[in-house]
Amino acid sequence: MTTLPSHPLARLRGVRHQYGRTLALDGLDLALPAGQVLAMLGPNGAGKTTAISLLLGLQRPQAGQVELFGLPPQDLAARRRIGVMLQAGAVPDTLKVRELIDLTRSYYPRPRSVADCMALAGLDGLMDRRYGRLSGGQQRRVQFALALCGRPQLLFLDEPTTGLDLDARQTLWEAVRELGAQGCAVLLTTHYLEEAQALADRVVVVNHGRVVAEGTVAQIRAHVAQRRIRCSTSLPAARVQGWPGVRRAQHDGPCLDIVVDVAEPVVRRLLDEDPALTELEVQRAGLADAFLALTRDARKDAA
Amino acid sequence: MDTAAAPFSSIRAYLLEARYEFLRLLRTPSFSLPALSFPPVFYLLFGVLLGGKGGPVAAQYMLAGYGVFGVIGVALFGFGVTVAMDREQGLLTLKRAQPMPPGAYLVAKMAMALLFAAIILLLLAAIAAGVAQVQLSAAQWAGWAATCLLGVLPFSALGLWLGTRVGGRGAPALINLVYLPMAFLSGLWVPLTMLPGLLQTLAPAWPAYHLAQVAQKVVGLDAGRPLLLHVAVLAGMTIVFFLLARRRLVR
Repeated sequence: MTTLPSHPLARLRGVRHQYGRTLALDGLDLALPAGQVLAMLGPNGAGKTTAISLLLGLQRPQAGQVELFGLPPQDLAARRRIGVMLQAGAVPDTLKVRELIDLTRSYYPRPRSVADCMALAGLDGLMDRRYGRLSGGQQRRVQFALALCGRPQLLFLDEPTTGLDLDARQTLWEAVRELGAQGCAVLLTTHYLEEAQALADRVVVVNHGRVVAEGTVAQIRAHVAQRRIRCSTSLPAARVQGWPGVRRAQHDGPCLDIVVDVAEPVVRRLLDEDPALTELEVQRAGLADAFLALTRDARKDAA
Repeated sequence: MDTAAAPFSSIRAYLLEARYEFLRLLRTPSFSLPALSFPPVFYLLFGVLLGGKGGPVAAQYMLAGYGVFGVIGVALFGFGVTVAMDREQGLLTLKRAQPMPPGAYLVAKMAMALLFAAIILLLLAAIAAGVAQVQLSAAQWAGWAATCLLGVLPFSALGLWLGTRVGGRGAPALINLVYLPMAFLSGLWVPLTMLPGLLQTLAPAWPAYHLAQVAQKVVGLDAGRPLLLHVAVLAGMTIVFFLLARRRLVR
């Protein structure tokens, strides 16, 4: 109502930021539209954390613009419309889960009911336990509850499932999907590409402080028509790396892992050069490979 | 449904922030146990049992000293150590990202420190009146309590600044290094007149000395310097350390 559908909830425009001599963001543009789950991917040090801390108003950009609901993120009115789950954000150990939720709800004008928070984050039986006595997975659930308890329109989830087992991860994904279905926009950063694949409407790949690719998961995957060859061989990775058409070759345990543009000529040469080769496997590149290829290209460009 | 579209007030957030800050520290025995028990136990041992030969006057002097000792401890540790730990663990990061009303963090810590200070003062008063037969007028009791409670302010500012200088692990050590010598050299444990002359001369250099002098003035046992001097030192110290801390916290 107050914002046009095309108007993003939050936006970074041409943001540059550096720590000492390290450039963290190099003219980053990012827009978070309403009702969309956006996954931000990038290697460590790509600038994801800096981008989030600028959007949350934890830092001010050295150049460029940051907007949260059309306001500077330092404005309380803007932050009352967001929920936050931070990787670096700790929660007091000695408070009980019920107390933490009670306190965080008091920051928001129209919070979710405690019962709703419990149900969405799966906190049955944990409400009267102290935060510090919960398992890592349970603590993540509490952090998630604190993020959603204010009925936010935009949710920041910074590596929400790091350290969770598969079961707990899927439960959290279910809850994120549910919130997404209710119209809540989400900015998600993650190391797990399957997480982006499972949740995101759109993926932004960031590297060296810049967006290197943007689109749906399928579009990002299509960026690379690569194949992946795995085999057990005595050929050294460094030698295979030098062959034409080989993007990357590295040892993965006893296996050699090779990413190539076209598989056939490389497979032929592998078999020629090492007749004793076994365990040959050829696969289409997944999001993980696309991601590696994208961030590698960017590194080459920068060099 | 839960609420109408009334204008949103942050008062509840301030109240809950203070309440949970208090609970959080009460449930941290490494803070609450020494903070609440050391001043009364020290007072009982050194002020009442050992210092008993001096009679009620000595116990009265000690009441002022240990009251100041107690509230300074709460202020320095309650602010210094918790701010250092909150910063190190990232607690402050999450709070700053959430729509916590600005100021609620410090107001909550101040309320927590005042509440702890009030508990310590009640315990000390009980020992003083019950065991040491200290007899003060109602006005003196009130003046002593008010002085000690107001004394939380300058030492909270000092603690806050110290807490922004060091990490969570270094904070207790640094603060003890400031707290304990300062308490001794300001005459909080033993009367200043029992210290070597040089230390007596240097005593006005310690902030705690000035708070102790105000408290002792209330019970009529101070060194006779003007009240205004002590108040000015304490007020100046509050402002300076608060501004220094703010500079490091805002950044």
